[in-house]
Amino acid sequence: MDGSLGYTQPSVEVRATTASNRVVILGALSAIATATARIYAREGASLVLVARNAQRLDALAADLRARGAREVFVSAMDLEAEAGKAAVWLDTWVAQLGGLDHVHLIYGYLGSQPEASASPAELSRIITSNFSSAVQWCEAAANILRRQKHGALVAVSSVAGDRGRQSNYAYGAAKGGLALFVQGLAHSLAGTGARAVVVKPGFVDTPMTDGLKKGGAMWASADQIGHALRSAADKGGPIQYAPGKWRIIMSIIRAVPAFIFHKTKL
Amino acid sequence: MNGPFHSDSTLSSWGRIVRDRHLVARPRFGDELPGLLRRLSPDAPGLPIGLRRSYGDSILNPEGRVIDMTALDRIIAFDRKTGLMRAEAGLSLSQALQVLVPAGWFVPTTPGTRFATLGGAVANDVHGKNHHTAGTFGASVTRLSLLRTDGSTHELAPGDQLFHATVGGLGLTGVIAWVEFRASRIPSAHLDAEDTAFMRVEDYFDIAADRKTRFEHTMAWVDCSTGGAQLGRGIFSAANWSPHGDLATHTEQPRRKVPLDAPGFTLNALTVRAFNSVRHELKRMRYGPYRTHYEPFLYPLDGIADWNRLYGASGFYQYQCVLPPASARDGVVELLKAISASGQGSPLAVLKDFGSNPAAGLLSFPMEGTTLALDFRNQGERTLRLMADLDRIVADAGGRLYPAKDGRMPAAMFRAGFPKWQDFCAYLDPGLSSAFWRRVSA
Repeated sequence: MDGSLGYTQPSVEVRATTASNRVVILGALSAIATATARIYAREGASLVLVARNAQRLDALAADLRARGAREVFVSAMDLEAEAGKAAVWLDTWVAQLGGLDHVHLIYGYLGSQPEASASPAELSRIITSNFSSAVQWCEAAANILRRQKHGALVAVSSVAGDRGRQSNYAYGAAKGGLALFVQGLAHSLAGTGARAVVVKPGFVDTPMTDGLKKGGAMWASADQIGHALRSAADKGGPIQYAPGKWRIIMSIIRAVPAFIFHKTKL
Repeated sequence: MNGPFHSDSTLSSWGRIVRDRHLVARPRFGDELPGLLRRLSPDAPGLPIGLRRSYGDSILNPEGRVIDMTALDRIIAFDRKTGLMRAEAGLSLSQALQVLVPAGWFVPTTPGTRFATLGGAVANDVHGKNHHTAGTFGASVTRLSLLRTDGSTHELAPGDQLFHATVGGLGLTGVIAWVEFRASRIPSAHLDAEDTAFMRVEDYFDIAADRKTRFEHTMAWVDCSTGGAQLGRGIFSAANWSPHGDLATHTEQPRRKVPLDAPGFTLNALTVRAFNSVRHELKRMRYGPYRTHYEPFLYPLDGIADWNRLYGASGFYQYQCVLPPASARDGVVELLKAISASGQGSPLAVLKDFGSNPAAGLLSFPMEGTTLALDFRNQGERTLRLMADLDRIVADAGGRLYPAKDGRMPAAMFRAGFPKWQDFCAYLDPGLSSAFWRRVSA
């Protein structure tokens, strides 16, 4: 029996060593946004968090500081109402951060299709939240990125935007429109050194989807989507699915002929 | 209707024996808690739950409401100089370590899984391999915030009676909103460990007595499938934090996953015996000192997600008792004999000596003596009968059972083991209850 000094290899977490990024997160209080912000915090990034509830933003900011963020600023506002002043707000935050590397647009509103069909207010809210206000923020962010020839805009759309379906065509149309808009921005930024990316998550296990039957291979965690958003800011094409298998699933769903599709309750 | 509570028909604990319908709310912000608590009452009591690593029914409230605290996982403050951390109750030890370790700190004590929440660590007053030096988790808690269903909020510290009822209080005294605890300093993320084989359980006690004066972390793995002269052969592991090495954290995601329920026969007596023998030989070959990162030493099973599925679809029980020093030697031998004779041996049996540290909570499980923990695949009546036999041995020895591991102990067993249970009752929140509590308090 030898008494040799065996060594059990630790499984060491790889930490990103990129220079600390300066990041704006629009809609910072969702589960996906929190997961994304925590990835940046661990890298030592500086962040501006924007959402409606000041007290909740402060709680998230403290968490991100403890997890390694360099500096965290919060800005409590209604992103839909303030979209017309997007350029002014972004300039303020760029000044706070001392520059800008990534902008993540994560906010959105799922709403309810039956309600939207019955109520113009609900329909309008779905379109304003997911499309009309979102594109104002995207355009303003892209203008900064184009000027500085550097950085990335990442906007969260949804696989629901790939085909109109009876269960949520209002949300789908708004998210689909956002995807087209950002695809166009990506085209307009081509060759400048700046990028725009739209990320389309599939089913995500968040409080927004609580009450649905979850689990199994079709469901991703907020953490997984956070990693997809973080990675989209660094690399990849202008339209990304999260997880990637949704690209295949949606290409099939888009290809199903209407006479078959209309027999489903999707 | 049920508002923020939605129906989940398959909620279960780690042992997966009971899978029942619950109404589940998963708040994401602390400001949602008061509204959720208002929906709980003595007629329709609820229960706060975490990562559900408790094995039995102490975290179940079938047909009732539960508040899943795991999305309340924000760190409120962390002082890198003093090691004081305050965080929402749903923060996992795993996530806490991601912040603590690089700064040269570690949770004051940890159970064998890092997938436990701070709230759960307090509510079960969990212990670890360092109990004889650090005491239980509750011993390092400096403050906590407790919300009760009468709408009151209490900021509690050691010395407050409600604090000591809440530590080990199984989530029944209120909902813990946040916890502040004192982390312990580590010189590196690595341990200098040493394994010693013993061929009889009697030898365990001599080794334990010697090691606990020299090592911060001690525990033994015991093969209870062998009888006769080899009864209770095993490996004693002891370790101290190493002054050598870096402060690397663990990988958050498990490396492997059990994709589906194993067929029921996978862990029958034969395979268990084979598994144990092989493991015994392998570890004996490494007999002696070695250095290891904390992950494989403290969390050997966390590398495999959903390992509980290895016991098959009918689930499993865990049985964990502690026997006082005077009766521990004879009692442990008797327990191992009964288990070995039953042929229902478990692949993981753990022996550890607790220190004489005073209990932090009225219902804290650890007391000075020796604790034995083992798993039993659920084979219905047969398994329950064996555990009833074990109960008699534990009761005669003046021992008690660990509620976090239990899914069947009779009320009499609980009351005999926890003489302060009646004092505890004065601090119960009438709007909270669990299947476990209804059983042992009936």
